[in-house]
Amino acid sequence: MPGYTRKATLAVLLAGTVMVAPALGDESAELVIDGETLITRAPAPEHMENMSEIMSGWLFRSSETQAVQMDDFDNPGMLYVDEGLDLWNVVEGEAGESCASCHGDAESMAGVRTQMPHVNENGELWAMEDYINNCRTERMGAEAWGWESNEMLSMTTMISYQSRGMPMDVQIDGEAAPYWEQGREMYYTRTGQLNFSCANCHEDNYGNMLRADHLSQGQINGFPVYRLKWAGVGSIHRRLRGCITDTRAETYGRGSDELTALELYVASRGNGLSVEAPSVRN
Amino acid sequence: MEGVRPRVRVDNATEAGASVEVKTLISHPMESGQRRDGDGNLIPRQIINRFTAEYNGEMVIDIAIDPAVSTNPYFEFDATVPEPGSFTFTWYDDDGDVYTATDDQSW
Repeated sequence: MPGYTRKATLAVLLAGTVMVAPALGDESAELVIDGETLITRAPAPEHMENMSEIMSGWLFRSSETQAVQMDDFDNPGMLYVDEGLDLWNVVEGEAGESCASCHGDAESMAGVRTQMPHVNENGELWAMEDYINNCRTERMGAEAWGWESNEMLSMTTMISYQSRGMPMDVQIDGEAAPYWEQGREMYYTRTGQLNFSCANCHEDNYGNMLRADHLSQGQINGFPVYRLKWAGVGSIHRRLRGCITDTRAETYGRGSDELTALELYVASRGNGLSVEAPSVRN
Repeated sequence: MEGVRPRVRVDNATEAGASVEVKTLISHPMESGQRRDGDGNLIPRQIINRFTAEYNGEMVIDIAIDPAVSTNPYFEFDATVPEPGSFTFTWYDDDGDVYTATDDQSW
């Protein structure tokens, strides 16, 4: 009789199998923090030919994750903002200066995130990290911070936080045009053993499930982001590297010209969405 | 441990005997002692092993924390405030360091 017993057990197991719907967030939810409503949906910028509406990644997360970002106390990314505010006033380097010595209050950084990455006076495209390290080495006479160091992440998070709620508005014409074209080319080029371009997931399939992951538009208006998976804040380049590695391609270094160009293009796809830093994602 | 940063938010009681919501968060890596570094050596455990909340010297909650608790431990609970006074929150690190935060209650 053991055979019958097994069959019976199997039948019970099958009967008990229920298709579990993935835990999707509320895509019509409004992102309100401290009474301020952030723009999570906007008309697509003119240069985007294939889409009519851009959506913040916040809309694609589960309602629990959405809730963490809606309360600054619950949001662990705010720990980095606090740390960044402390660093802002720390005197370092041979010149005996802190960030505050030249820039005054950290609030003076409002709007900076919306413009990043940005072409500097020598015609090179720089990410926010490049500007910070340039200040440190050239003006303060201090050592450059590592791209993904805690100090750098705290500083970029705090500076970006000053622009929270302001719409992204990176420049894509003029001197920025060649970098933007390079980034656009990368975005639409299939790469890696899996032969995916960024667009295959984030333009053709956003809203669909990639196994357990609810695909977003891959917007970066929320960066630096507190990612639950990382148990910490991470840079845009860290995220881009993760995506490229997922296609099983050789990836680029943090701070490389390629990733900065891609960052500019991806940022331009979010022109019009609010800066959310520090956002919370899974 | 350096760079550890406690955060506390407590509702304000409006009368004696009111129940208030308490939220606490502390930045800490909570290294479990189970992980190995790139060379295969065990990374030593360093966690916050105890968290307490007292009100006017009286223990409100006393929590033993084990290595499975993740980075940046967060606790939320309700407490009854019997008279004006202050909360004292204390976190105990494996390395012997103690971090504290306070919150005053009056109405």
